[in-house]
Amino acid sequence: MKTIEKEISFPKQFKIRVFALLMLLVFAGQASAAEGEGDHGFSAGDMILHHIADAHEWHFFDGHYGTLFLPVIIYSGDRGVEVFSSSRFYDDHHELVPYNGYVLDHGHIARIDGTAITDLSITKNVAAMFLSAFLMLIIFISIANRYKKKTMGAPKGIQSFLEPVIMFVRDEIAIPNIGPKYARFLPFLLTLFFFIWINNLLGLLPGAANVTGNISVTLVLALLVFILTVFNGTKTYWGHIFNTPGVPWWLKTVLPIMPIVEFIGIFTKPFSLMVRLFANITAGHIIILSLFSLIFIFESVAIGPVSVAFATFMYFLELFVALLQAYIFTLLAAMYFGGAVEEHHHDEHHVDPKVEQAQI
Amino acid sequence: MELVSPGIGLILWTLITFILVLFLLKKFAWGPIMDALTKRESFIEDSIKAAENAKKEMANLKAENDRLLEEAKVERDRIIKEANVAAKQIVEEANAEASKEAQKRVEEARIAINIEKQAALAEVKTQVANLSVQIAEKLMRHQLSNDAAQKALVQDYISELKVN
Repeated sequence: MKTIEKEISFPKQFKIRVFALLMLLVFAGQASAAEGEGDHGFSAGDMILHHIADAHEWHFFDGHYGTLFLPVIIYSGDRGVEVFSSSRFYDDHHELVPYNGYVLDHGHIARIDGTAITDLSITKNVAAMFLSAFLMLIIFISIANRYKKKTMGAPKGIQSFLEPVIMFVRDEIAIPNIGPKYARFLPFLLTLFFFIWINNLLGLLPGAANVTGNISVTLVLALLVFILTVFNGTKTYWGHIFNTPGVPWWLKTVLPIMPIVEFIGIFTKPFSLMVRLFANITAGHIIILSLFSLIFIFESVAIGPVSVAFATFMYFLELFVALLQAYIFTLLAAMYFGGAVEEHHHDEHHVDPKVEQAQI
Repeated sequence: MELVSPGIGLILWTLITFILVLFLLKKFAWGPIMDALTKRESFIEDSIKAAENAKKEMANLKAENDRLLEEAKVERDRIIKEANVAAKQIVEEANAEASKEAQKRVEEARIAINIEKQAALAEVKTQVANLSVQIAEKLMRHQLSNDAAQKALVQDYISELKVN
């Protein structure tokens, strides 16, 4: 009994209550055809997908004050920009209702008459991202002020924790991979590293949003890497792509496989960045949520300690993955930049096998 | 599938947020932090270099001191040697002087002796002459009496002379 009491201490209990609510939401929409009866069925798949997806409200716990309704911003050709709270979609019994010609269906807002709209709402992910951006600004600007005031002083507090990390990004990621022109990319790489890391960590908190596990977010990050790579590309870089050194001439002219492969490579590199971060973070969340779902699937308290034990292990792993993925994303971005700004000729491939392995 | 289909709203907000954070941090955080880190690094490097220089200077100073000490020693040895030489010379000179003086004395003595000898000889000669004159006088006196007596007398005087 003691262990069970212990494991349903605050965060876990919190989580379970969230699940309980999700269960209610899920079975309402479920045809319960799989169960074959009108029972309170639990679909782990639906629950997990709902949990890792974006939403128009931020649900912390059940009850009247447990949900933070976020603003909805919609642009449509005929009606222009409309802003209202997502609470309008819920009635007093927390049931979904249409509002002003719009319906909220599975987290997506649509017009009843079917007109195409652009949804620019401050969703849960956007709100969480604002929060992490705000945190980043506070943390780094405050330590920057200390650096300004006491340049020669020994680092203190959070500064002494972050200084080695900043030095690591500069000395181990930027300088070795980009070379002498690293300073141009350093602010981007630092921002990228800490943005991914902080969002990964915040995403692990119960009730938090899954920001870096969302394909839109990773798409933007990868897109910025792509743009910076292409716009900083030197003659050597483009020469490598369209006139790859060390390749027989007929593979470049008669049968232009190499230029095509290299050209596709320009896009696959950032694409792999996008998918890797998204998939790693989402997979971690899915595993943890699946472990908790076991309790509800087996409908047994006895499975609880087992699930909690595995989930705790997964959490520690995810803490590591949060840092690892930030490192890999930044490292690969730095390598792509390094390839783009490289001046002299190198006949060997830029990516060394160790890193290639890390990409997997 | 919903999971892998990006939404325009989130893309736009991410873009705005990230770029805003990037520019704000670049201006207010990364710039000052990197400046401070570079400054601190160069300060540390300079300090280490200064310490090394000081060490080198110390070594130089020590080498200089050693050199001076060595020189002083050599100088001292040289002075002592010179003094020894000078002392020896003085002694030798003194010896030479002394022997010269002695020789001079001896010479003077010899001269004096010679003079004395000459004087003595002269006196002896005078004595001999006187004696001769006296003998001759006595002979002259005896000649007048007889030949045999004269002969005996001469013989007598001669024997007397031998005794002298």
